[in-house]
Amino acid sequence: MSAPIELAILEELASAERGPKRTKSLRARGSTLAPPEAQLLVLDDLPLERGDFDTALATCGWRELRPAPLEILQINVGRLCNMTCRHCHVDAGPDRVAENMDRETIDLCLAALDKTAAHTVDITGGAPELNPHFRYLVDQCVARGKHVIDRCNLTILLLPRFADLPAWFAERGVEVVCSLPHCRKRNTDSQRGDGTFDKSIEALRRLNAAGYGHGDPRRRLTVMANPAGAFLAAPQAALEREWKVDLALNHGITFDRLITLNNMPISRFLDWLVETGNLQEYMERLTNLFNPATVAGLMCRNTLSVSWDGTLHDCDFNQMLDIPVATGDGRRPHIRDFDPDALQARRIRTRRHCFGCTAGAGSSCGGATA
Amino acid sequence: MPHYYDPDHLAKFGTIAEGSKELATKFFDWYGAVFQEGALSEREKSLIALAVAHAVQCPYCIDAYSKTCLEKGADLDQMTEAVHVAAAIRGGASLVHGVQMLEHAKKAGM
Repeated sequence: MSAPIELAILEELASAERGPKRTKSLRARGSTLAPPEAQLLVLDDLPLERGDFDTALATCGWRELRPAPLEILQINVGRLCNMTCRHCHVDAGPDRVAENMDRETIDLCLAALDKTAAHTVDITGGAPELNPHFRYLVDQCVARGKHVIDRCNLTILLLPRFADLPAWFAERGVEVVCSLPHCRKRNTDSQRGDGTFDKSIEALRRLNAAGYGHGDPRRRLTVMANPAGAFLAAPQAALEREWKVDLALNHGITFDRLITLNNMPISRFLDWLVETGNLQEYMERLTNLFNPATVAGLMCRNTLSVSWDGTLHDCDFNQMLDIPVATGDGRRPHIRDFDPDALQARRIRTRRHCFGCTAGAGSSCGGATA
Repeated sequence: MPHYYDPDHLAKFGTIAEGSKELATKFFDWYGAVFQEGALSEREKSLIALAVAHAVQCPYCIDAYSKTCLEKGADLDQMTEAVHVAAAIRGGASLVHGVQMLEHAKKAGM
C-alpha cells in the first residue's frame, strides 16, 4: 500500500512556483518508454562493440560481482516530487502519488537496519521530504546512531510547510546531499526547469544560515553535480575547487564537498537521449571509457536499495529498472524477509546501464569511485 | 575521399603514426601532457583549445573541444565567451594592421 498523501500538498506540487518542471513524467505522457522492460530493450538492441558488461568485468579479473560489507541502506521512500527534471532516473513528479512508502514498510526497514552493521541510511526519492513518514524515519535512524543522508532537490525547502527543515536537519546532524547540475544558471535550469537555479541558491543560503556548509561534520552540505547533457561528469576535485570559488564570489554561498554522478541511460534521461539522437554516441562513450579501477568502489557492493514497496535491489538504478536482488528461491525479495547473510552471498545483477557507473572516473551516489 | 573534411578522421587521428610511429608517439605524449591539470585547470585549457580551434577554424578541434569543454564543467555561456575572445583577436589582428595602412597612406598621400 502506498502512503496516502495529503490533498493540499498535491495541489501545491502541481504549480511551477512550488517546483520547476522541465518536462512531464514518462508515466504522465503515456510514453512507450515508461515501462522498465521497454527501456532495457532499447539498451540491449544497440549495436555496441564492447557492450557486454559482464565481459568487461571479466577482462579485468571480476568473474562475478559480489557485495563488500554492507555500509549503506538506501531507502527510496517514494517517487513523488515537486519537480520533473529532464534527466530523472526515477521518472519522479507530482503525478507519482501511488508509489510512496507506508509506515509499515518504514518500520520493516528499521527492523532490517537493526540486523546490519550499516553505518549510514541514505534517504532518497522523488523528493523524500514529501513522504508523510519522512521525519519519523529520520528520527528513528538518528536514535539508532546512524549517519543520515537526505537527498534533497533544494527547491522543496522553499515550500512554506518545509521551511523549518534546514534547522530541523541541523539539530539531528543530517547530511544534506543536494542536487545542483551546475554552479551557473543556464545548465541548471535547462535540466531542472526555469527558476530552479534561483530557488536552489535561496535554499543553499537557508542551509548556510542553519549552520550547513561551514566545515561542521554534523552539518555537512554536499553538492551533487551531474552533467546537463550527453557527456560525462567533470573531474570531481577540480569542480569542487571551482564551484567553491564561484558560488562564494557570486552568491556568498559555501558548501563542504562536491560529488559527481554520471547520468544513467535509463528512464527520462534515456528518453532524452533517444529523442535528441544522442543515445548511440553516449553509450559508445560509456563503454569505451570503461575503467577497471572503478569496479571495487561500485555502490552496488556496499549499498542495498529498498523501494517504496519494500522490494530489495542492488542499487537505485536497478530499482527503477525493476531488477530486484537475486534470490536463491526466485521469490521477489522483500524487506520483511531481510536476511543479511543470504544477501551478502548474493551475486549482483548487471545490465548495460551499469556502464554508467564504470565510465571515466566512475560514478555513484557517493561520487566518483576511481 | 569524397570530402576534404570527414568526421570519421577525428577518431582515426592515431593512424597518423603509420608514416612515423616515433614522431606520432612524441606528439601524442606531449599533447596529453599539455592538457593535464597544472597551473591552469583542465576546464580552462579546454576553453583555450576551443578558442584556438575557432581561430584556426579546425572542424575536428571544434567537434572535440565543444564536447570536452562540457565534460570539464564549462557551460555554453563560458564557451561562447571563449569563441568571442578568438573572434575578437582575429578581428583585432586584422584591424590593428590598419595602423600600417594608415602610415603608408599618410606617407604617400598629400
